Amino acid sequence: MIKRATDEIRPGMIVNLGIGLPTRVLDHLDANLAVCLHSENGIAGVGPSLSNNDADRNLIDAGGTYVSTLPGTSFFDSAVSFSLVRRGRLDLTVLGAFQVAANGDLANWKIPELFTPGPGGAIELAQKARRVVVLTTHQDKRGRSKIVKECSLPLTAAGCVDRIYTDMAVLDVTKKGIVLREIAEGLSVDEVVAATDATLIVPDTGVVTF
Amino acid sequence: MIGADKTTSIEAAVSQIKDGNTVMIGGFGVPGTPFTLIEELVRQGQSGLTVIKNDSNMPGMGVDRLLENGQVAKLIVSHIGLNPNAVRMMNEKVLEVEFCAQGILAERIRCAGAGLHGFLTDIGIDTDLANDKTTTEIDGKTLLVEKALSADFALIHADRADPFGNLIYVGTARNFNPLMAMAADHTLAETETLVAVGDLRPEETHTPGPFVDGVVFLPKLSEYYGVVER
Repeated sequence: MIKRATDEIRPGMIVNLGIGLPTRVLDHLDANLAVCLHSENGIAGVGPSLSNNDADRNLIDAGGTYVSTLPGTSFFDSAVSFSLVRRGRLDLTVLGAFQVAANGDLANWKIPELFTPGPGGAIELAQKARRVVVLTTHQDKRGRSKIVKECSLPLTAAGCVDRIYTDMAVLDVTKKGIVLREIAEGLSVDEVVAATDATLIVPDTGVVTF
Repeated sequence: MIGADKTTSIEAAVSQIKDGNTVMIGGFGVPGTPFTLIEELVRQGQSGLTVIKNDSNMPGMGVDRLLENGQVAKLIVSHIGLNPNAVRMMNEKVLEVEFCAQGILAERIRCAGAGLHGFLTDIGIDTDLANDKTTTEIDGKTLLVEKALSADFALIHADRADPFGNLIYVGTARNFNPLMAMAADHTLAETETLVAVGDLRPEETHTPGPFVDGVVFLPKLSEYYGVVER
């Protein structure tokens, strides 16, 4: 699914990849692709990650990975970094999720009484990036669907998600609901539908396998 | 010379902080975190502090040292996910945590530093973070009123400084530092390199000296500043 999500990133884009799974999209990306990666802690033009031996102690991305610069990289403070986000200069953000609802609501910062890491930059990214893509496992560790009719967890942003990539499927959030576009090899449409809490719209034209 | 020599001992600088003060601390993860100023605050032991910082560092370093020493009553942050101690203390209700969207935290601080009282935004309007906030309507849009966030003290880490308090940051160590340096009543900066007045290029200065009250030179850096093994 991580590899599948690399299709989202096109030359010329300004892109922010969330902490965790989304950042791993980079492992599958053509290193020569002319794309500008933004990191919340104040970089436009994040370069390849570095091992601890090669690391610059003052150069990390928002997830704490040691990174490098590229020709054209800029550094700025946190107010400028989020000015860039809120002003709508991000073409794409790829975020993780606790839950995504049929109407595109996203919950990914708070599980009350259990785990509340805090929102970090996710609220602004989800609300203001021109395209919001979620990359997540289809189900949580206890086997419950993360693609839900309605979010039971506190929201990060309402109606913000455009597309979801999971280990089971590629899904588009539309005005009519969630449309099943692709399923993972070895799965049937019925299996994906059964593993999903939200009602899935299966197009007459069929579903591709990835 | 264009102004006072603000260089000071770390003991004298940090001893100005009193119990119950609000203290802003620069840094995003390790880069830009003023670990030496924090360690001196741990040594002196002021308590009941409200700490404003992007994150709560990782266990055993930076803000976590203040947490484990019981000096912090309240934390205003965007993220504590990399510090299980902070999450536990919040869950056990021994630590009050106020979460802010990261850019809103930055902007609230910037606002105070610019002498303003607040701003209007739609960020977070559909979230729990909007619950206790005043809303207002402009051009038919409902917006949240976000209040400026100031502090009694700001603790800043600079790469280079001069005795007047002109500061330069490096790499991703800039983050919240220049914003906090403007937003507190008293701004204390530690610096890795101290140069003579006139030796920093005016075009390259990030924080102008008039915002800074004390400059502490770090003759050597502790291991906290190094590359984190993970």
